Formats: sequence, C-alpha cells, structure tokens
Amino acid sequence: MFSILRSMWLTFLHIFHKTETIEYPEEKPYLAPRYRGRIVLTRDPDMNERCVACNLCAVVCPTDCISLQATEDKNGRRHPEFFRINFSRCIFCGFCEEACPTTAIQLIPDFEMGEYDRQNLVYEKENLLINGQGKYPGYNFYKHAGVDMGVKKKGEGENEEKPVDTKSLMP
Amino acid sequence: MHTALLIGGVIILVISIAAGLIWVERRLLSFWQDRLGPNRVGPLGAGQVMADMIKMFFKQDWIPPFSDKPVFVMAPAIVMITTFLSFAFIPFGPNFVVFDSNYGLLFFLGFSSLGVYSIVLGGWASNNKYSLIGAMRASAQMLTYEVFMGISLMGVVMMADSFSFSAIVEAQKQQGWWFFIPQFFGFLVFFIAGIAETHRLPFDIPEADGELVAGYHTEYSGMKFGMFFVGEYMGITLISAIISTLFFGGWLGPSFFPPVIWLLIKTFFFISIFILLRASLPRPRYDQLMEFGWKILFPVSLLNLLITGGIITFLK
Repeated sequence: MFSILRSMWLTFLHIFHKTETIEYPEEKPYLAPRYRGRIVLTRDPDMNERCVACNLCAVVCPTDCISLQATEDKNGRRHPEFFRINFSRCIFCGFCEEACPTTAIQLIPDFEMGEYDRQNLVYEKENLLINGQGKYPGYNFYKHAGVDMGVKKKGEGENEEKPVDTKSLMP
Repeated sequence: MHTALLIGGVIILVISIAAGLIWVERRLLSFWQDRLGPNRVGPLGAGQVMADMIKMFFKQDWIPPFSDKPVFVMAPAIVMITTFLSFAFIPFGPNFVVFDSNYGLLFFLGFSSLGVYSIVLGGWASNNKYSLIGAMRASAQMLTYEVFMGISLMGVVMMADSFSFSAIVEAQKQQGWWFFIPQFFGFLVFFIAGIAETHRLPFDIPEADGELVAGYHTEYSGMKFGMFFVGEYMGITLISAIISTLFFGGWLGPSFFPPVIWLLIKTFFFISIFILLRASLPRPRYDQLMEFGWKILFPVSLLNLLITGGIITFLK
C-alpha cells in the first residue's frame, strides 16, 4: 500500500519537471551534420559542377529513384544533361553519397520537403544543384585523378606519381 | 419552474464537465508524463474538446452485421442514463437538489449496479471474443466491488442517520467534522471501489487497452463510442462528487465562495486524483484484482461497519 502511495507522489512530482516535447514548428530539433536529409548536387571550389555523370549513384540506389544522362561540354568535360531524383521513392539511405567518386551528391540535414502534389516531388537538376561545396570543402576531383581538363596534367595530381617511362633503360 | 431550471442547469453542468474532462485528462496526464498535451487547437488546447466532439459526431456509425443489433444499439445508452440519473440526488448547495429523496444513497447504489449492464450487454452484443472476455471480467469485477461499495457507505449512513445526501451534508455541518475523519477506512474502501466501478486504471480490465484490443467497446464507433466515452467521464465525475459529498462535506466551506464552487473544487480535486492514478499505477492481473477485493477490502469494510455500529450503539 505504501509503495502505491509513494508511486503516486513521485508521479505527481513530475508536474514540476521540464517537458521533453519539442514544439515544432516553432522549435526545430537538433540535427547532426551527418543526418541523411535532402539530396543536393554540389560544386567544386572553382564553381564547376562536381558531377561527372558516371551513373554510380543511379546503379547503387536501392529504389532506382535517380535517373541521369551524361553529355560532354565543348571542353570535353563530362556533366549530366539531366539529373532527376524522385523523392517519393528515395529512402534517404545515403548509398549514393557513399558511391559518388567526386563527392558531388550529398545528403544534408534538411527534411522539410512536404508537398501536396506528388509530381512536385520529382526534383530536376536545377532543383538539386547548389552553389556551394557541401560537406567536403576544397575537394576538386580533377586535381586528384581523372583526365586532363586543364586542371592537372597527366601524372601531376596530388598523391599521384609520375608515369613510368617503359622504354628507357634507367630504373 | 425552479426544478426545471435546476434540471437544465445540472444537465448542462454535467455534460460540460464530462466533455471538458477530455481536455483536462489529456493535459494533466501528459504533465505527469513529462510531455505537453494538446496545446495547438484553441487557447491552451481547450478547443480539443470541440474537435473531439465533432469527430465523434461525424464518424461512421457502423453496426457490425454479426452483432445483436437491438442490444448493441441500446448498451451505450444505459450507462449514460444511469449516471445522469444519479446526478439528480447530489446537493449542489443548501436546498439546491434536483430530487431531495430520503433514499438518495440507495438509488445511487442501485443505478451503479444497473450501469454494469451496459458493459456486459455491450461486450455480449459485439459477438467478438475479446469483447466477451472484457465483458465477463467486467461483470465479475464490478459485482465484487459493488458489494463493499455499499457496505463502506453504511458507516456514513449510520453516523448521519439518513440515506439522503443533503441530510448527510447537514450532519457533517452539525457534527462539526467531515466524515472522512471518523470513517477513514470507509473512505478508502469506497474510493477504491469507486475506481473499480468506473473501470478506470488501475482497474480497467474491461477496457485494458493493449491487452484486449479495446475490451467491450472494440466494435463501437462514432456516437455510440462517444456515449461510452463520455459516460465513463461522467462516472468519474459522479464518484468524485459523491466522495466529496459524503466524506468531505459537499458544499460546505468558508463563505467567500458560493457553495456550488466548493463542491466543484472538491470534485475536481478527486478527478485529478483519478487521473494521477492512471498516470502512475500499473494494471494488476485479473486474479490479483479479485483477490484484493475479496480478501482485503471486504473484511476491512465489514470491520469498519462493525466498529462504527458498535461505537454508535455504545454512545447512545
């Protein structure tokens, strides 16, 4: 009997505790930087698109919600002609971010994407491309690997060794 | 004319308290659970009552084709009728009773026994295993707890020498003490029996959300469920009002408030204790509940009756 009264007293004291409720939309919850929210396409420090339309993200996507088409600009640099993500299918797993070799596609901590019309959930490239570098500042893929686009010559990237001259006799 | 006004006033008061309890319960329960209750609809969330009422009215009132239709339709009405009728005997002030009967207490006990019918008939008519189990358990539980609900009140009747509610309040005024002091164990037993009568937690085996789907009101929707729902809140209000009247002096109190307000304050205090019980206690197993009733509360109430009777005979 006493334990019952004690439970009641302790429960009553909860009225003086702070409540745990986060009153959305006036207060927003704290999201970690690695939170897998909305997908964006980023640019590198020289303000060119990072995406080289390699299709790795479309291949790895478990729900097949990414579709894109590669094309080359007049300098020979590959970029996507169109890049479409169907957010009604996207499960925000982050596989595309892990698969991307140029850190172009990234997931950012933003979840407020509610729509009334399902067609508005298909985001085109102009809806996805941002003018920033996202979570990986200072990374330019063409400085480390890839063909000569005017950024580095063959064999002169960072962490890259010069190509071996197979026809000379010197070691 | 005076009576007609009183009847209208009591009906409106009871319905507003029972409806307001929807909001009060959700808000209080959530404060005790470290969260905020409904606070978006209307000022401080009080519009939740209107929203819930509108939802109840417009929900599809579906009668299952496999059920026993006349009984199914009638069952929710019984609990509302009996609780409403019991409110006619409670004094809201000196000479402020709808029906000042000499046997008000007996009527109240009789009506609460009739209230058991609604649960049993509702569970039976649903033609559903879970409802039936809920109804069977409900009938056994409410039957046992009614036994000592009556016996525990007999102490109060002996001290006030009448079955009428207003006479009991007058007796508390004349004898100078509120009856929970001499009749403390009677008060405890009646309080626990009252919780079991309205099948609230911790005695909500008939409903048992999470165990029995929803117990006896599984198949009910729309207005019929609304009647069960509001009927349960009216039952809580009724038991709180009766505890305040019989054991805590009813409308008695210092005169800076009118007597109705004192009764409402005491009633609201006991309603909060009902909600606190819901927030804090786990549900006992069904046989533990019955054992508690028969083996502990029944002897206590009988002893209470014996000792009260003995002392009163000795003093006369």
